[in-house]
Amino acid sequence: MNDHVNVSILCNGKKYERMVEPRLLLSDFLRHELDLTGTHVGCEHGVCGACTVLLDGLPVRSCLMFAVQANSHEVTTVEGLGTPENLHPIQEAFWEAHGLQCGFCTPGFLMTLVPFLKENPNPTREDIRTAISGNICRCTGYQHIIDAVQLAAEKMSNP
Amino acid sequence: MKPAPFKYVAPSSVDETAGHLEQHGYDAKLLAGGQSLIPMMNFRLVQPEVLVDLNNISELSYIRLDDDGGVRIGAMTRHYQVERNPIIAEHLPLLYETMPHIATVQIRSRGTFGGSISHADPSAELAAVSITLDGQFKLLCKRGERWVKANDFFIGMFTTVLEADEVLVEARFPKIPERTGWAIHEVARRPHDFAMVGVTACLTLDGRNRVQDARLVYLSVGEYPVEAVQAEAILKGQEPSDEVFAAAAETAATQDTDPSSDIHASSDFRRHLVIVLTKRALRTAFERAIDNSQ
Amino acid sequence: MTKKYLGQPITRNEDPRLLTGQALFVDDVDMPDMLHAAFLRSDYAHARLKGIDISTALERPGVVAVYTAESMGADWEPGPPLVSPPPTVEDVVFNSRRQVPLVKDKIRHVGEPIAVVIAESRYIAEDAAEDILVDLEPLEAVIDLEAALEPDSILIHEDLESNLAAQLVQNKGDYQAAREQAELVIKKRFIIDRGAAAAMENRGIVADWDVKSQQLTVWDTTQAPIPIRNGLAARYGLSEHQVRVIAPFIGGGFGPKMMMFYPEELVIPWVAMKLGRPVKWIEDRRENFYATTQERVQYHDAEIALTREGRVLGISDQFLHDTGAYDPYGLTIPLNTQSHLLGVYDIPNFTSEIKVVFTNKVLSTPVRGAGRPQGVYVIERLLDMAAKELGMDKVEIRKLNFIPPDAFPYEQHYIDQAFAPLIFDSGNYKPAIEKAVELIGYEQFITEDQPRYRAAGRHVGIGIVAFPETTGVGPYEGARITIEPSGKVNVATGVGTQGQGHFTTFAQIVADQVGVDPRNVNLVTGDTAEFHWGTGTFASRGAVVAANAIHASAMAVRKKILEHASKHFGAPQEELEIEDGQVRVSDLPRMSISLGELAELANPLRGAVEPGTEPGLEATAYFGPKYGATAFGVHSMILEVDIETMTVDILRYVIVEDCGTVLNPLILEGQIHGGVSMGIGNAYYEKLVYDENGQLLNASLADYLIPTATEMPHIEIEHQETPSPLNPLGSKGVGEAGAIPVPALFAQALENALSDYDLEISETPLSPNQLYELLKGRS
Repeated sequence: MNDHVNVSILCNGKKYERMVEPRLLLSDFLRHELDLTGTHVGCEHGVCGACTVLLDGLPVRSCLMFAVQANSHEVTTVEGLGTPENLHPIQEAFWEAHGLQCGFCTPGFLMTLVPFLKENPNPTREDIRTAISGNICRCTGYQHIIDAVQLAAEKMSNP
Repeated sequence: MKPAPFKYVAPSSVDETAGHLEQHGYDAKLLAGGQSLIPMMNFRLVQPEVLVDLNNISELSYIRLDDDGGVRIGAMTRHYQVERNPIIAEHLPLLYETMPHIATVQIRSRGTFGGSISHADPSAELAAVSITLDGQFKLLCKRGERWVKANDFFIGMFTTVLEADEVLVEARFPKIPERTGWAIHEVARRPHDFAMVGVTACLTLDGRNRVQDARLVYLSVGEYPVEAVQAEAILKGQEPSDEVFAAAAETAATQDTDPSSDIHASSDFRRHLVIVLTKRALRTAFERAIDNSQ
Repeated sequence: MTKKYLGQPITRNEDPRLLTGQALFVDDVDMPDMLHAAFLRSDYAHARLKGIDISTALERPGVVAVYTAESMGADWEPGPPLVSPPPTVEDVVFNSRRQVPLVKDKIRHVGEPIAVVIAESRYIAEDAAEDILVDLEPLEAVIDLEAALEPDSILIHEDLESNLAAQLVQNKGDYQAAREQAELVIKKRFIIDRGAAAAMENRGIVADWDVKSQQLTVWDTTQAPIPIRNGLAARYGLSEHQVRVIAPFIGGGFGPKMMMFYPEELVIPWVAMKLGRPVKWIEDRRENFYATTQERVQYHDAEIALTREGRVLGISDQFLHDTGAYDPYGLTIPLNTQSHLLGVYDIPNFTSEIKVVFTNKVLSTPVRGAGRPQGVYVIERLLDMAAKELGMDKVEIRKLNFIPPDAFPYEQHYIDQAFAPLIFDSGNYKPAIEKAVELIGYEQFITEDQPRYRAAGRHVGIGIVAFPETTGVGPYEGARITIEPSGKVNVATGVGTQGQGHFTTFAQIVADQVGVDPRNVNLVTGDTAEFHWGTGTFASRGAVVAANAIHASAMAVRKKILEHASKHFGAPQEELEIEDGQVRVSDLPRMSISLGELAELANPLRGAVEPGTEPGLEATAYFGPKYGATAFGVHSMILEVDIETMTVDILRYVIVEDCGTVLNPLILEGQIHGGVSMGIGNAYYEKLVYDENGQLLNASLADYLIPTATEMPHIEIEHQETPSPLNPLGSKGVGEAGAIPVPALFAQALENALSDYDLEISETPLSPNQLYELLKGRS
């Protein structure tokens, strides 16, 4: 029952190999095996979006995947987006527009927005609302987040 | 909320999968997108002994157009792939329009067609749409393969005709007849929530713009998607009008469906929504059918 | 000239770390040899606990220990009462019963913890929790408030005579006399339910007992690290300095993280001390619905007495408040309700009785608004009903009854939650409502837009409500500011932070006084080793109490800077200026010294100092307001109802907000937006549904509906600044303001949209189904 399985995951450009229990959730793997604690866990039933990461470039809920399923796949977490000294334009925009308060849901929003902005470089506020409807924020009421996304779109189209 | 332990196998072919199912039967659960199964496992509502992970089976991921105009979708095709596919857009527009209604962006990155159908949530859009589009499902096991009509596939709450050793591998939809219009209407608490009531409709018109064929299939009104056969009978042969639509809606609400109550909506409110949405869906479908006839 | 940072929309100091996943939350704490805890919680709301068999659980590989109430022996004790009965009110009934660390003999709500499993991983701990056998005798659950007070009701606390937890009556003037004089009396029952805080971060604790240094360190998602530290020290026979409680970044508080103690806060440190290994417990989302406090229903039987002109002579309100299974917070929430039952209005007569009732539900403790929304709902609804009856415009009846600007400080002649006489310190309501009326286009909507909508068969309505918010309550907070030799400015204060931007607003205050860039101010909050006097973040008090403590401390440091620099340069203090981290003599640019160098000079390694001198450039100061400041606001919205599907679409949302001096407008707006989203949740989406057996039917985020971006309107905010005379900054709190008036606003706007149905809405939250039932009843 507790047989461990080998997983090999490319995360933020770095290769990781671990032996894990099949039932270990990807969210727990990232946070506690790889010590990448930027991805947060809010519900473990796929609703709040705080645990969103990119799997092969697509936004997924890491609480709804087992780590073993990410074997041979590429994962990007918020740590792969930027650093305090070198922020991604989306992170800069959130900072400037006050798009975060407690910050717990923020990494999930950022990772959802990376592919969204790639495909929608000039979104309307309505487009943005729909795009982030799978992420819950309890602090901001979403308005400054939407401001941040529009600002990010501007920054990314005029680098 | 951590899942209970399980034995994990990740076959790379359908045949291997069938072998696992033959061996383990009901002790095994198939893992497709995991967007419905894994929450249930995290809540420990489901505790399979063996988890058979289908995600390495690339042969099950495809969308193909047949020579006769029908469309085939492999069971492991992800929702986002169906959502963006030009074959679906052109040949199965009702399905194309349905996709953004399904949950959220992140769920659609992983959720699969076959997974949704096999899970058989009474609120699942794809189950209802499959019936509306006269779909058929291919079920496979070591004993052989069989085709089951979508209409015969769902038999209870989260229950289908799938045997313990069977896996759903493909969904096939026939070519949509000429002069057909479609619609999907839902009411949910928040747009991405499970619908309190949903209706999917197809209307095919004859040369005189009368209803030649009608499909009205509802979600969230019972233990599985319900085809409103009596309402459809009312529509057949009729010249579409608001009165005809209202009569069909009334029949659907009182004769064909028997919704139950939950914390989000009472059966009374659901019946009311059946009437409202049916009228809207029929109007939309009719307008589109007219457009497609020109 | 010195720059001014306070009042500027400065971006936050804390954001780069939060944005890049480099901020520490409790679940990010990892220690060598750390163990993990999972609690076994009751499936029943009311039951006798007959026996627990943990033997199988102990045999599971990876399990280190399993504890029950019995294991705790003499260390088992219920939590302390957080409030006492009000000392100045007569005939108060006050039965204090508090939550327990682990159930000993009786279960009183679903989710109450029965045992704790300690294992090598959370996964294994949850496996083992399922191995535990519990022998229970289920009892009938007490759910309805009125049934709970029936003489034949089963008792939740069997040592009491009834399920009455507390009772209190407050009076102002003579309501009965006012009623007799009145030309119109309207009576109505209101049922007001609230919900969960549902912060994105669930609770969590990591406790580590270091035997060699005899130190207990606890990371806790608490809004009140200092009381927790003091309480733990007292409980476990330690000196306060042996206990360090750290509240790192907290993923949202909203009230429930301000508790003492949650069972887990008593159990986990106890386990860590027993086992000599660090122990971590992280609440999962399902547990959060059962194990973290919520805010509960109130039933109000209210009455308004008026003249024919619409002048309110008096308000009467007898209400029941559901406290759940225990009442550590006593009368706090219902006293807040009473403080808001007269709204922003000059009402000379008032009588109100509170009955707090025990039920077999999860505890009710303050959640954003903390009883204020309920009071505002009642008064605003009564005014709307009166306006309709008298044929008056809703804005006019409010303006007629506003407390006039020259009546402040306005004494209400009854007590508030701090047991002090309720006094509104300042206010200026008429310009606020007139501004809101102008912004939303009230007149045009009523006379032109709405008739057009109606003609087109659309149901669009407008609402406008006004409300006060008592904020900034004591007792006090403190801060210590130190200028380091590097020139960095260090600020330590006791309040924690859950996203309010303290790292930035507090830095702005310091920056103005001490003459540095706010980016060079380093703030430490929520660590009892850094600062150990204070209470916590609650009741919208950070911007008032902590901010003023920081302001006082900053002024004291500024004084020291000027004194030292004056001596150093031999120049009088009036000729000195501080800017960009430098102190210089005006007009003599060469006579300049950096703050860091000055700090070094003020802390010599050798030599003599004058007697009475304090070393360095450091000061500690405290601030405690005389009483709480009263903020206020007006919310207005236009919404559309689809009367077929009962879906509601908010077309416009306008706010005029007055929270005194604005510290940082960017952060202020964020607080208001967030409050409104919770208010909208409380009005139309969020409801904790308990069945007759005390089972919570929607303990998941799939069924407990928190507004997402698609449910939220765009909010337009206009500020007004009526400074508070109660503190040097003139600030008032605003953390809860967004949430307070929304249910009242919804009710009014819906009635207006559906005026052809002549509804009288007296319940909140609403839902499409409820709207359907209301309309069905009227057609």
